[in-house]
Amino acid sequence: MPKTTTRATPAARSRLMLLVATRKGAFVIRGDAARQRFRIDGPHFLGHIIHHVVLDPRDKQTLLAAARTGHLGPTVFRSDDFGKTWAEAARPPQFAKAAEGVTPRAVDHVFWLTPGHVSEPGVWYAGTSPQGLFRSEDGGRTWHGVAGFNDHPMYGKWAGGEQDGTPDGPTTHSIRIDPRDARRMYLGLSGGGVFVSDDQGAAWRPMNRGSRADFFPDPYPDYGQDPHCLAVHPLRPDRLYQQNHCGIYRMDLPDETWVRIGDNMPRDVGDIGFPIVLHPRDPDTAWVFPMDGSDVWPRVSPGGKPAVYVTRDAGARWKRQDRGLPRAQAWFTVKRQAFCADGFDPLGLYFGTTAGALWASTDEGGHWNCIVPHLPEIYAVEAAVI
Amino acid sequence: MSRIEVRLAALLHSYTRGARTVKASGATLGEVLDDLERRYPGIRFRLVDEQERLRRHVRFFVNGADTRSLATPLGAGDKVYIVGALSGG
Repeated sequence: MPKTTTRATPAARSRLMLLVATRKGAFVIRGDAARQRFRIDGPHFLGHIIHHVVLDPRDKQTLLAAARTGHLGPTVFRSDDFGKTWAEAARPPQFAKAAEGVTPRAVDHVFWLTPGHVSEPGVWYAGTSPQGLFRSEDGGRTWHGVAGFNDHPMYGKWAGGEQDGTPDGPTTHSIRIDPRDARRMYLGLSGGGVFVSDDQGAAWRPMNRGSRADFFPDPYPDYGQDPHCLAVHPLRPDRLYQQNHCGIYRMDLPDETWVRIGDNMPRDVGDIGFPIVLHPRDPDTAWVFPMDGSDVWPRVSPGGKPAVYVTRDAGARWKRQDRGLPRAQAWFTVKRQAFCADGFDPLGLYFGTTAGALWASTDEGGHWNCIVPHLPEIYAVEAAVI
Repeated sequence: MSRIEVRLAALLHSYTRGARTVKASGATLGEVLDDLERRYPGIRFRLVDEQERLRRHVRFFVNGADTRSLATPLGAGDKVYIVGALSGG
């Protein structure tokens, strides 16, 4: 493992856990206080497809994991002891039994997990494929559909059909809750666009003005876009960012218009990618991991030269950050849930690749070290501080 | 109620605490799965979706014959085999 020369200053008693979800199981990577040494705990659920593992930041104890296998149906596992033992949800997310004449929906997999607002301990949200929103009020033990979304009269049009989804299916993701107000929620549909609710999910409306959908005859429809990842800044919740199938965008409410800040990326790199990560203390700073969205959409690092790009002025300018990353012939990408920040100062950044490597930076992207080289294909990386 | 022998592929042994074969009661395949759910919570939803459809990549055999119906009738002495279909990589 390469050494880094950066001095990190996490709080003395705080410890970092990286929760890594892969195509073949979950791993908990424990870092020391200096974020210099990492220990692998796992695999958990070896052979299961794990889409997301999340620690509840409110109790710093409850872990949820979204799981399925190639054969078995989807479920959610829960741990109260940092993964020593797991218990399956008594009622995993599932759609209501379809009425006569209605197209039946069945959850193929739980894709996304979001802890609820700090004022609602025990509340979690889950996004599924096909698109669905589910809520738990008992720490992930039982789940029920959010009817305001799942049964919305426009659901069929917003969610589209199979042809509107990702290769792994249509997906509900990026469930974000305004830290000022538990009722204000956002979510992303791939495809479908960004949607907002002001009443905790009872009613929803699209919020896509200004974001492109190159794959439609009208490139600026009300809905139908493909937001890959949506983020809300914790200190300035009226500032939103999204890495979209068609570029990188920023929105500053109350103006509900997306501004394509990806136009300021280098032309030969472009502004296509999956994840976007925000600096928790600086609303002007964000990181992306570009991929090749040209021709037949290879979805690998442009030119085989992976790099992170950072903006520190809300998208006006972007800087390449590739120190320590492979210089050439590296053909991976980073999925939408697989790039995260740890909250320490200086901020630590972590991403997992489709080639199964976990990379870390303890100086806000200035230098990168591969801390675990040979995991299965990585779907998600979440940083948890305990 | 008929007692049915149910043989389970390895992918389900985490539910049955390692048992490869268990006894279950029911007059149909669906009732047998209901009985398994009572004793091994969570197992049914991994095999049958919320629209009461058998999951695509799980195969069910009754006395050696492939079935895709929860209504398949069962009688005393019948043998059910639940196995993962060829899939994935």
